[in-house]
Amino acid sequence: MMNTMVHVEVPAADRGPAADRAIKVVARGVNVHYGEKHALHDVDLDIPERAVTALIGPSGCGKSTFLRCLNRMNDTIPVARVTGRIEIDGHDIHDPELDVVQLRARVGMVFQKPNPFPKSVYENVAYGPRIHGLARTKGELDEIVVSSLRRAGLYEEVKDRLADSGTGLSGGQQQRLCIARAIAVSPEVILMDEPCSALDPIATAKIEELMDELRENFTIIIVTHSMQQAARVSQRTAFFHLGSLVEEGPTETIFTTPKDRRTLDYITGRFG
Amino acid sequence: MTLLYFATLLSLVAAGYYFGRSRAAAVSQAALHSRPAYHGAFVAIAVLLPMLAVFAVGVPLAQRLAEAQAVNAFDPALAGDELRRGAVLRDIVAVAAGRFSGEPSAALQRAAETYRSLRSWSDALLIAGGLAFGLLAIAFGLRSLSARFRARNHVERFVTVVLFACASVAVLTTVGIVFSVLFETLRFFERVSPVEFLFGLHWSPQTAIRADQAGSSGAFGIIPLVAGTLLITTIAILVAGPIGLFSAIYLAEYASPRFRAIVKPILEILAGIPTVVLGFFAALTLAPWIRDSGGLLGLNVASESALAAGIVMGMMIIPFISSLSDDVINAVPQSLRDGSYAMGATRSETVKKVILPAAFAGIVSAFMLAISRAVGETMIVVMAAGLAANLTFNPLEAVTTFTVQIKTILVGDQEFDSAKTLAAFALGFVLFFFTLTLNVIALQIVKRYREQYD
Ligand SMILES: Nc1ncnc2c1ncn2[C@@H]1O[C@H](COP(=O)(O)OP(=O)(O)OP(=O)(O)O)[C@@H](O)[C@H]1O
Ligand SMILES: [Mg+2]
Repeated sequence: MMNTMVHVEVPAADRGPAADRAIKVVARGVNVHYGEKHALHDVDLDIPERAVTALIGPSGCGKSTFLRCLNRMNDTIPVARVTGRIEIDGHDIHDPELDVVQLRARVGMVFQKPNPFPKSVYENVAYGPRIHGLARTKGELDEIVVSSLRRAGLYEEVKDRLADSGTGLSGGQQQRLCIARAIAVSPEVILMDEPCSALDPIATAKIEELMDELRENFTIIIVTHSMQQAARVSQRTAFFHLGSLVEEGPTETIFTTPKDRRTLDYITGRFG
Repeated sequence: MTLLYFATLLSLVAAGYYFGRSRAAAVSQAALHSRPAYHGAFVAIAVLLPMLAVFAVGVPLAQRLAEAQAVNAFDPALAGDELRRGAVLRDIVAVAAGRFSGEPSAALQRAAETYRSLRSWSDALLIAGGLAFGLLAIAFGLRSLSARFRARNHVERFVTVVLFACASVAVLTTVGIVFSVLFETLRFFERVSPVEFLFGLHWSPQTAIRADQAGSSGAFGIIPLVAGTLLITTIAILVAGPIGLFSAIYLAEYASPRFRAIVKPILEILAGIPTVVLGFFAALTLAPWIRDSGGLLGLNVASESALAAGIVMGMMIIPFISSLSDDVINAVPQSLRDGSYAMGATRSETVKKVILPAAFAGIVSAFMLAISRAVGETMIVVMAAGLAANLTFNPLEAVTTFTVQIKTILVGDQEFDSAKTLAAFALGFVLFFFTLTLNVIALQIVKRYREQYD
C-alpha cells in the first residue's frame, strides 16, 4: 500500500478557485436509477469552462453514470431513469424543446475502448460533420477532417492512409482518431471515460498532452482510475463514492488537503 | 445372426474396457502415463477393430460361397448365365426362408437345403471366429499395457482417424455425385450439342417415339428455363429481401427484447412450413386472386403465373434472410452504436451508416443462402407456375424452372439412355454449377467486406 501523498504538480497559472472561470455545466440534485438500483444520489457539481475536470472514485461508484448524464447517453439504456437538473450554459439539457441530437453535437464523448467505425480514417472523422451538415462542399469537409486530425495529433501519422480502415490503426492511434471524430463537430464539452485505460504509457502520454492542448478550446471532463493522471491533466477533481459526490475542488487541494476522510483514504490507496 | 454377433462384440468391447481400466487403476497412479480410462479405451478399440473386420470380410464371403454351392447343387450349367442364375437364386433363397409361393421342385428343395445348411454353418463359424479374435485382442491389448504405455496417444490417434473418415464421407459423397452427374451430362452432350443446349431458345424434351409423331421435336435449349428460374427467383428476392431485411432491422434495433423473443421464433416457423403446403397456398389462393385482380385491371393473367410462385417462394425465404440478418446485426458490437449515438446520430442514421455497413458481409451471405434455396425450390413452382417452358420475362405468364423440369423428366417410367432422360442430368449439372458460382461470389464478398471486431 502506498501511504504517501501522490506528488502533484499544478501549473501556477491553473491554481485558484473555480470562480475564476465561467461555469459551463451545472448539475443540481442529479439522481440516476437503473431499474431498482439507485446508482447516483443527489449530485451537485459545477464544471468550469476551458479546463479539465477529473472524476475519480472506486469502481462502480457512478462516475460513468454521471458522465453519461451530461450528453444524455443514459437515454439509450432502457432501464435508466435520470432526475434532477443539468444545465449547459444555463440551458436545461432535459428541456423538451432541446433536441438530443443538438445536445450531443455540443457535448462529444470518447469511450474507454477505442471504437472507430469500420470505415476509412477519413470517413470516421467525417461522420459527425456529415450528420450535422457542417460542410457544404467536399473542400470544406476535407478541411474539417484534416484540421480535426491535426488537433488530435494524428494527422502526421495517418496522412498517407486516410482511405485505409480506421480499425487498422494501433490502439493509441484509434483512440486519437476517436478524439478527432469527437472534435470534428466542434463540441463545447468533451466527455472522456477512461480514455487511456486500454493504452500503453507512450500512447497515454500523447493523449494527456493532447488534453492539455484541447482545454484551451474545450471543456473536458475525464473519468480516470489513475491518480497520477488526474493530478497531471486536471485542474479540478471530483471524488465519487458509492453513488454520491463526496468532495470536489481544485485538483491540488483534493490531492494535498482533502476535507473528507474517504477522499484521503482513496487517494492514498487505502481502498478502491 | 447379425444381432448375436454384435451382442458378442459389444460385450467383448465392454469387457476389454473394464479389464484395461482396472489393470491400469491397480498400478500406482503417479507412474501411469495415461489415465486408466484411456487404457480401457485402448483395449476396447483393440477388440472392436478386428471384430468389425471379421464381420465385414466374413459375411459377404460366406454369402457368396453359400450361393455358389446352392446354384451348383441346382444345376451346375447355370454358372455362366447371369440372368437365369439370378432368378434361380431368388427362388432358392425364398424356399430356404420358407417364403416361396407354390410348390418347389425337388431340385430346388435340394439346393435350398444346401444353402440353408451352409448358411447356418458359416454363421456359427463367424461367431466363433469373432469371439476368438475378440478374446485374442483382449489378451494382446492387456499385454501391451504398462505404466509407461502411451494409451492416450493411441486412443487419440484412433479418434482422429474416425473424425477424418467422417469428414471424408461427406467430401467423397459430394465428389461422387458431381462426377456421376458429370458423366451422364457428357453422355447427353454426345446426343445434343452443348451450343444448342446452352443457347437454344426452345425447350421441349419430348423425343419422338414414332417417326411420324407430331409435336415431339425434342428441343433442348435451356434459355427458357434460365429465364423462368431467374424470373421467379428475382420476384422471390424482391419480396423477401426488403421484408426480411427490414424485419431483421426492426427486431434487432427497435423492438423490445420481449417482442423479439416472441416474434423471432414465429418468423422461423415460416421456414418450417412444408413447401407443398406453401405450393397449395400459391396455387389455390394466391394465383386465382392474382388472376382475378389482374382481370379487373384489364390484364391478361395466366392461371398459373410466375408472380404467384415468386411471391410465395419469397415468403418461404423471408425467415432465412430475417433470422440470419438479425443475428449478424446483433453481432455488431454495442460500442459502435454508442460511438454513433454519442456523435448525435439518430437511430436510423446509426443503422444506415454504421450498423448495416458493419454487418454487410453477413447480410450478403444471408441473401445468398436465400437465393440458393429459391433456385433449388421445386414444389412451389410445380404447383403455382406450371410446366410450360415459355421464354418470357412477363411475371403474369406461366414459366418453368430447372428443378421443375428435372422432376418432370424423371417422374414416371423412363428409358435410361434417351436424350430426354439424360437431359435431366445436364440440367442438374448446370444448376449445380450455378449455385456453386453463387457461393463462390458470396464467399469473395464476405471475405472482402468482413469486419474484424476485436
Ligand atoms: N446499464 C446498467 N444497468 C444496470 N446497472 C448499471 C448499468 N450501468 C451501471 N450500472 C450500475 O450503476 C453503478 C454505477 O456504475 P458506473 O458504470 O457509473 O460505475 P463507474 O464508477 O463508472 O465504475 P468503473 O470505474 O468500474 O467504470 C454500478 O453499481 C453499476 O452496476
Ligand atoms: Mg466506468
